[in-house]
Order: sequence, then C-alpha cells, then structure tokens
Amino acid sequence: MTDGYSEKVMEHFANPRNVGEIKDADGIGKVGNPVCGDLMWIYIKVKDNRLEDVKFKTFGCGAAIATSSMITEMAKGKTLEEALEITRKDVAEALDGLPPVKMHCSNLAADGLHAAIKDYLERSGKK
Amino acid sequence: MDHSSTTPVDAAVTEAMLPYFSDRFGNPSSLYTIGREARRAMEDARAKVADLIGAKKEEIIFTGSGTESDNLAIKGLAYRNRKKGDHIITSSIEHHAVLYTCKYLETEGFKVTYLPVSKEGLVDPADVEAAITSKTTLISIMHANPEIGTIQPVEEIGKIAKEKNIPFHTDAIATAGKLPLNVDAMGVSLLSLSAHKMYGPKGVGALYVRKGTGLTPLLHGGGHERDIRSGTENVPGIAGFGKAAQLAKERIPESDKLVKLRDSLIKGVLEIKDSYLNGHPEKRLPDNVNVRFSYVEGESMILNLDMKGVAASTGSACSSKSLEPSHVLLATGLKHEEAHGSLRFTIGRGNTQDDVDYVISVLPEIVNKLRMISPLAR
Repeated sequence: MTDGYSEKVMEHFANPRNVGEIKDADGIGKVGNPVCGDLMWIYIKVKDNRLEDVKFKTFGCGAAIATSSMITEMAKGKTLEEALEITRKDVAEALDGLPPVKMHCSNLAADGLHAAIKDYLERSGKK
Repeated sequence: MDHSSTTPVDAAVTEAMLPYFSDRFGNPSSLYTIGREARRAMEDARAKVADLIGAKKEEIIFTGSGTESDNLAIKGLAYRNRKKGDHIITSSIEHHAVLYTCKYLETEGFKVTYLPVSKEGLVDPADVEAAITSKTTLISIMHANPEIGTIQPVEEIGKIAKEKNIPFHTDAIATAGKLPLNVDAMGVSLLSLSAHKMYGPKGVGALYVRKGTGLTPLLHGGGHERDIRSGTENVPGIAGFGKAAQLAKERIPESDKLVKLRDSLIKGVLEIKDSYLNGHPEKRLPDNVNVRFSYVEGESMILNLDMKGVAASTGSACSSKSLEPSHVLLATGLKHEEAHGSLRFTIGRGNTQDDVDYVISVLPEIVNKLRMISPLAR
C-alpha cells in the first residue's frame, strides 16, 4: 500500500541520509527478513558512550527505507541510553506517521538500532 | 504503463453511453418508448459483445463486474449441478475472483483441485485430464494471466472438457480485445469478460453462457437477464461495453504493435544486470512485461518510477493489502524474496516507442540506486 505516505516519508525515501556500511563499525544490527520483504542492517560507531556515526543498508519498501534514514538522523550524537529509548512509534511520528499496514512490517528501524547497540555492548564486554 | 489494472474509457465509448443517462433514461423492462429505446441499446450491445467472442446474442448475460461474472459462472454451475457432483478443477494462478470463489465453495463442502503451473506459468492439459473424476462438474482455467501474461492452452483443455462432457469456464478478462476469442474454438461453456479492461466503463461485466448450460442465480428478483441475473440493467454501462467490444474487435490487429513495444521493453529492461523475465517468453499477452530484479523490492521501484512519471505495478507483498506476495509468482516457483523484486508493465493503446525508450532509460538508475542501499547486493 503506497498510498498514505507523508511528504516526509517520501522526502527521506527519495533522499535517504547516511546510506552505506561503516567498515570498522563498533556494532551492527541486522533485523527483518527478505522473505517478508524487509531487511535492515544498521551500523554504529561509538565514541565516549555516544553514537558518533550511524549508517544503514536496507532492502524493502518505501517505509522501510524512510524509517532507516530517519533513525540514523535521530540517533546520531545521542548517548547509548538515549538511543535505546527511541521507539518504533517515535520514528513513525518523526516521519509524520506511516500507513497503518506499514506500522508493523516495515517500521523496523528502532529494532535495528537497538540490535546494533546490543551488538556493541556484547562486543565490548559491557553486557 | 499499468493498463492491466484498468484502461481509460475510449471517447467513442463515452459518447455511446451519454444518451442513456438523462435523455433515454428508460428502464429496459418498460414497454413505452424510452423503455424500448433502452432495451434496444442493451440488445445492440449484447450483439456486439457476442460478436467479439463468436457467440450468439442470447448467450450473453450482463453483470456488474468481471468478479461477478466469475462468481456467477463458478457458484452458479457448482450449485446447479450439486446432485451430479461436487468437484471443481482450477489452477493455482487464477484471479482471486476465481480462487476465492473456489475456496468459499470448499467451506460449503465442495472439493477443489488447484492445478500447479510450470515455471513459465503454464497449466499442463494432461494434469487437467488426470484430475477429472466422476464427480467433476466444472473446469475453470483462465485464458491468460494478467500478471505474468502467460496464455494457457485453452483449446486443448476445451477439447478434454468436451470429450468428458464437463462444462469449461475461462476467465478471458485479460485477453479480450488483445487476442481473438472464439467460444467454439476454445470449447468453453462459460467465459467471463469485463468492460473496464478493454477501454470500456467500470461497473459492467458479462458472462457468456453456452445454450443448455444451467446456472443457479446469485441474485434473485425481477427475472432480468433470462432469470440468471436479476437487477435493473446498467444501460449506460452496457451501451458503453457494447461500443468497447466493437472497437476491441476492430482493433485486435493493433496487437502486433503492442507485441513490438512489449518485446522492445523486455529486451531493454533485461539489459540490467541480475534481471529475469517472469512468465512465458512466447505464449504471452501482447501487452505484458513482467520482470524481476535481484536485491531490490518492488514497491521502492514503483515509487521511484512514479517520481519519474511512470506507472507500473509489482507482485511484492509490500504493495498489497494482504502483505502477501503475489500467489501467481509463488505458484511459478519463485521464492518470496524473488517475488518481492518483480515489476509489471502493461502497455496500452496510447503508449509509444518513446514511452518504452523512456522506461528503459530511467529504470537502470532506479535499480542501481536501490541496490546501493540494499544489504543483499554485493
């Protein structure tokens, strides 16, 4: 269902921010499943407990790409604790909403970010 | 380039409809002048629709949509013959109007065989024959699939049906106006049509019912349409359908032009790395192009194409209300992730080689951009 995308969703979809991999990432979060049509990889670089850089690669629909782009902007510069508090709902609201049918399937970006932080914490032995 | 979803109403069709809204607004059942005018328009349209498919005028029943035609054919025949048998044979790539009607009949105690298809989307007539039992009362196999374009061997299936004396229904909604249709050559007892797929108005369909084929009506009432489909007839819609059918028949030779554009588009699009054609390379609707691209998802491609002014459709789950990928693509053996990356273009009468060239020029950039974002692309 492509109808009902906000202008903000379309803007992020057309010009996604922070696309790509971080070669020496401190944490990587991989969520979704290509079978369902959405796969999201979030890369983070952490310095002094803050997200110094966040990038993504996503296979999926307009909402999947727009939420990935949005979360990189929302998360950059935040402390790990602050970033872990970003919810799926926050991402959807920052994009002026998502069509109801997309709320569950494509709104994975917060999960991806949290998974990347968890990966970082595990790697650095903090968890 | 999404003419399989719907087509614009031809100007000549609109003109044929207009008098029947406010001037000759009569009810075809009324005996006075404007009623008779409406009836005449309706009967004229019936003759034109019959002519399109090589049928007799009295074998055409007007309905409210292609979906209703499919429902009437399948439920009408299944219920009517319930005492004789309870088995229906269909294919796994039918339109939902057929598939879900069959699924519904299963809840009513009917048994349905859903035949598999080859990876090009073909039903094997030998499978049809092998599935027939003494309880089979209907075979319903579409003429061509509007999504992947594959044209089924309906004549062969019709021959088998005739030998076994089992009524054969075909949904010809995707082929009407693009391929020549003849109910005798196809060996069908029932054939569904829809006006809006052939430059006619929405809200009107037809069902061909071969003489001697009994149907239980879905709609009971005033006994319209030979007591098979009650309800005051949609006279303007029917008049438009008649005109559209006449034009469709006249324009079938123009399909050669569509085939040229289709093949040019397929050739150009397949230049893109890791792209594949869905459906059959030759047994294919003249207007249908369906391709899939590895590592990218269909809705994203559609949105990007839309920004470039191109309308297309996809079998990806992400663009469907059900969030399930196309049952047709899955039935041809594609994996879910492959079905997600499919893109369909359907070429219309108004499209030109310039349109095709334009799509070929913008698509590689779109696919590449999405592959840059995709974690699946290496």
